[in-house]
Amino acid sequence: MSPFVEELLIATAKCGLVIFVMLNLFSVMTYIERRTLAFMQFRLGPNRTGPLGILQPAADGIKLFFKEELMPADADRWLFFGAPAVAIAAAFLSVAVVPYGPPFTLFGRELQIQIADLNVGILYIFAITSLGVYGLVLAGWSANNKYSLLGALRSSAQMFSYELALGLSWVGLIMAAGSFRINDIVDHQAGWFHHWNAFRHPIAFIVYFIAATAEVSRIPFDLPEGESELVAGFHTEYSSMKFGLIQMAEYVNMISVAVLATHLFLGGWHPGIPGVASVGAPGFLWFTLKVGAILFVFIWLRGTLPRFRYDQLMDFGWKVLIPVVTVNVFLTAGLILAGVPL
Amino acid sequence: MPIDLVLFYVLGAVAIAASVAMIAQRNPIYSAFALIATLCALAAIYGLLGSPFIAVLQIVVYAGAIMVLFLFVLMLLSVRPEEGPSRSKSLKVAAGALVLVFAAQVTSVVTAAARGTGSATFDASTRQMALKLFSPEFTYTFLATAILILAALVGAVVLAKK
Amino acid sequence: MIPINDALVLSAILFVIGAFGVFLRRNVITVFMCVELMLNAVNLSFVAFSRSLGTLDGQILVFFVMTVAAAEAAVGLAIIMALQRHKETLDVDSFNLMKW
Repeated sequence: MSPFVEELLIATAKCGLVIFVMLNLFSVMTYIERRTLAFMQFRLGPNRTGPLGILQPAADGIKLFFKEELMPADADRWLFFGAPAVAIAAAFLSVAVVPYGPPFTLFGRELQIQIADLNVGILYIFAITSLGVYGLVLAGWSANNKYSLLGALRSSAQMFSYELALGLSWVGLIMAAGSFRINDIVDHQAGWFHHWNAFRHPIAFIVYFIAATAEVSRIPFDLPEGESELVAGFHTEYSSMKFGLIQMAEYVNMISVAVLATHLFLGGWHPGIPGVASVGAPGFLWFTLKVGAILFVFIWLRGTLPRFRYDQLMDFGWKVLIPVVTVNVFLTAGLILAGVPL
Repeated sequence: MPIDLVLFYVLGAVAIAASVAMIAQRNPIYSAFALIATLCALAAIYGLLGSPFIAVLQIVVYAGAIMVLFLFVLMLLSVRPEEGPSRSKSLKVAAGALVLVFAAQVTSVVTAAARGTGSATFDASTRQMALKLFSPEFTYTFLATAILILAALVGAVVLAKK
Repeated sequence: MIPINDALVLSAILFVIGAFGVFLRRNVITVFMCVELMLNAVNLSFVAFSRSLGTLDGQILVFFVMTVAAAEAAVGLAIIMALQRHKETLDVDSFNLMKW
């Protein structure tokens, strides 16, 4: 088989695997989130469908599938149908350049579960986050509904305000690692755990975490789609599978952001203790544990904090986060020039 | 035929089709989305031409910021599809002939020199771009652009205020 | 590898389509979008020539063109919003105060 066909088959297999895992992880996350939130709120959560409520995501999927597909009378057909598609496309595009585990050898080939190892990986992710706004804007506009439009405008303004802080928080790491490739940034953090960027660039980590929570519209930044505000924000008029797609896009975004946090700040698949294996199967274990911890913190935040009001949210993004992260960029640049090993 | 050549022709066709859709659509919001498709196709073509930094920058700046601005303005001004008579037929024919003549002229001048596929050692990585951008050759341009952006920021806020 | 002349021909075609759109359309914002298309066609030309000559000057110019286009889009759209507030219409032909 020619090398081109071989590469094509491997790439197709990787695509299939990543998409399959993401879709299943989405449904598992919905169940885990509801159960964990419930325990935090001193109640039980879904525990009826199947043993311990494990079949709840399946039940939700079946329910969504059979709901009636509504479309408002004067809504713009193409845009109404296209909005969830654009949202999920943007969510999955950013999944393509992130490695989902360490390199491992299989049948004598060195493989890594990463669909595209771009030289400008981090910049590409920044580009795709800026394309994520279109899903929201389209959804809000096409529904021909005041609440939807207001929710969409608020949501997209929040997204691209915090996107700036998100991108700037990465600049310090890129300077320290000297490359835009995600694998290079992960390998820069090998060794003892104090090499992790969370300890070496603490301000960037905090800013990234806050900006990422705002980017995926999680509490405390979920005003645009909060259940008690603006009906349901930009997805007011969506029902059935289109709504399911929008939820899927949101969860996939959240998982992406958690995986990115692990790679950029928590050392990816490195265990933080030199000598412990970090490639192959143990590497997967450390990676999964770290991603799980970050997802748990997202759920914990949801169960604990109230939400920001819209003007407080925008104030915080522009007047606090962006100056802080800009100062961090200058500080990091100065420290690197002075020879501090960051 | 190598895969990147096939991709280039496919993306070129997509870009041309999307831009024709943009000028033909009555609804300005559909035109805006057609333009976004053109810009994304162009970004992919920049990637094929060996410029990853410009490709990503095209998505971040053009498709991700400028077109969002266009869409916001279109939505806030509640722009409806164009009503009223469109241009007269003779004007369309004259404009079409003019632009075709222009295209023929430009193509004949540009394809007169055989350029092949460009230089083999072409390093347009971000590092090389940064070295060139921050070199003394482009310092004045860089600073002037920064002041231009500041002026545009202030100007846009002042002009759009009630 | 991409033949450079093909990229330049594509750039010419996109430019011409944009120019035709500027002649054809009546909505100010659509005309503005066609101008952006022309700018993008020229950017493609720059990148193609940069690849052909092997230097990075073309790409740096593309960087600056994008920045200036962003600034121009911001100010232009602000002007269009101010015009719309004044005249309640976005038809190009209606802004004819300076016509004799």
